[in-house]
Amino acid sequence: MTEVLYKLASYITGHAFVRHALIVTVLVALCASLLGVTLVLKRFSFIGDGLSHVAFGAAAVAAALNLTNNMLLVLPFTVMCAILLLRVGRHSKIKGDAALALCSVSALGIGYLIMNRFSVSSNVSGDVCSSLFGSTSILTLSAGDVWLCAALSFAVIAVFLLFYHKIFAVTFDEDFAVAAGVPAKTYNLILAVATAVVIVFAMRLVGALLVSALVVFPALSAMRVFKSFKSVTVCSVVVAVVCAVFGILFSIAAGTPVGSTIVAVDIAGFLVLGATGFIVRRFRPS
Amino acid sequence: MAKPEPLLVCENLTLGYEGKAVVSGLSFSVSEGDYLCVMGENGSGKSTLLKTILKLQAPLSGRITVGGANKSAFGYLPQQTASQRDFPASVREIVRSGCLGRCGLRPRYGKAEKELAEENMRKLGVAPYAGRCFRELSGGLQRRALLARALCAAQRALLLDEPASGLDPEATREMYALIAGLNAAGTTVIMVSHDIAASLEYVSHVLHIGLQKTLFFGAKDEYAASGVARAGAAAGGAKA
Ligand SMILES: Nc1ncnc2c1ncn2[C@@H]1O[C@H](COP(=O)(O)OP(=O)(O)OP(=O)(O)O)[C@@H](O)[C@H]1O
Ligand SMILES: [Mg+2]
Repeated sequence: MTEVLYKLASYITGHAFVRHALIVTVLVALCASLLGVTLVLKRFSFIGDGLSHVAFGAAAVAAALNLTNNMLLVLPFTVMCAILLLRVGRHSKIKGDAALALCSVSALGIGYLIMNRFSVSSNVSGDVCSSLFGSTSILTLSAGDVWLCAALSFAVIAVFLLFYHKIFAVTFDEDFAVAAGVPAKTYNLILAVATAVVIVFAMRLVGALLVSALVVFPALSAMRVFKSFKSVTVCSVVVAVVCAVFGILFSIAAGTPVGSTIVAVDIAGFLVLGATGFIVRRFRPS
Repeated sequence: MAKPEPLLVCENLTLGYEGKAVVSGLSFSVSEGDYLCVMGENGSGKSTLLKTILKLQAPLSGRITVGGANKSAFGYLPQQTASQRDFPASVREIVRSGCLGRCGLRPRYGKAEKELAEENMRKLGVAPYAGRCFRELSGGLQRRALLARALCAAQRALLLDEPASGLDPEATREMYALIAGLNAAGTTVIMVSHDIAASLEYVSHVLHIGLQKTLFFGAKDEYAASGVARAGAAAGGAKA
């Protein structure tokens, strides 16, 4: 045991890439879980996965246009798509999961169609893979990636803390919020932009699979036990960060792939909290 | 005493969805301190009217002027809440969210807002449930919690869509008395209700919407004398 700990400590102090991976994963976990509660409640649990398909569609278009740097098209397009999806209030006819499915399937279909018609020679299957599992392996992040991620995370956390009560009100009952004089549209837009940016950048860094897991698992785990918005939010952040740290340390110690290890730890966390919730409700004296 | 200034003036409104009119030719006005009861059968457009006043949807034609002080907040009690069954929120969090219109850009609730929320929870009898999960309360208690939230937001007026639905007889009586008390203290109230007898006891004005057109608008006494009330009562009796 001490041997493992010693090995971990030497990795973290000795290798910059391990520190980078740790910092970025924890920050992404923190932001994703903060936003995850509202995303799950707004029926956007699968947004990470859906947007990765949109990114693929955009990459196909970029390849057909012979763009050398396809990020110029992919990033803005994906962020815009996310904002459009998230911003629509509850008065739209198609919402939540249905709108997301519509977008992601269209992007996938049209993207493949374009690839096929224009017989794109570039490495599109590589793009598909990278949009699912991250363009850069978590263990090859540069210092620049880390700084960008830190800046974005602090911005998102600040937005969330400043507008926490408004975000709650707008998510719970938009009509009432509007009636009470809260500019719900503005707050929905702020939330949508924050979410879009986090999801899209996190997708590039750690992959859509891990982003989806980081959005869904902490929020759902917290909801097993807690019943108020504040406690659920706090709990989901704690769960996300603890699971991310555990997962990454475990993956270093055992040499397993980072993303899937964190997902596995998240599953374990979900089961533990689910059992806790069950026991608490069974034996609560009320 | 000066004539109270009109808080809300509706001129020749046509309400509806996607270009299809539900009701047209609505003209009425509400003054500061009025207690207006909106009546009409199911589907006549009462809830639609409230939503249009709140600017949640646009009228197909006609004009709504909201006058009065520069306070922007309406306390709204919707007929149904759309929010999901599994939403984690405590009663206190929900009632406090009614104070958000007063907060402006301030990120936290102040002391006054917290006290207002507690007071309204006490008034509605949901104070003992303040820490409980909203979705785990009974339907009637949820209704009362939402009314407490609406009270927190009612700076300009209170718009209530069937406030008594789902309440037991005792709570219904208390609810109407409570709303009347608020009105007596100066709050303007616009209420949708099917309970003609109970609401006529307290209201000052009545708007009766028929299918596609206004049947009646005026003070309560004129309404009681008009044929509309009797027809409505008969229809209500037939339904019950
Ligand atoms: N979202 C909507 N889209 C289209 N039509 C709608 C919508 N909501 C309501 N309607 C229609 O508008 C009409 C008026 O509805 P509204 O809910 O205002 O009636 P109401 O007077 O409040 O009835 P109730 O007494 O049952 O509450 C109804 O015919 C209804 O079918
Ligand atoms: Mg109605």
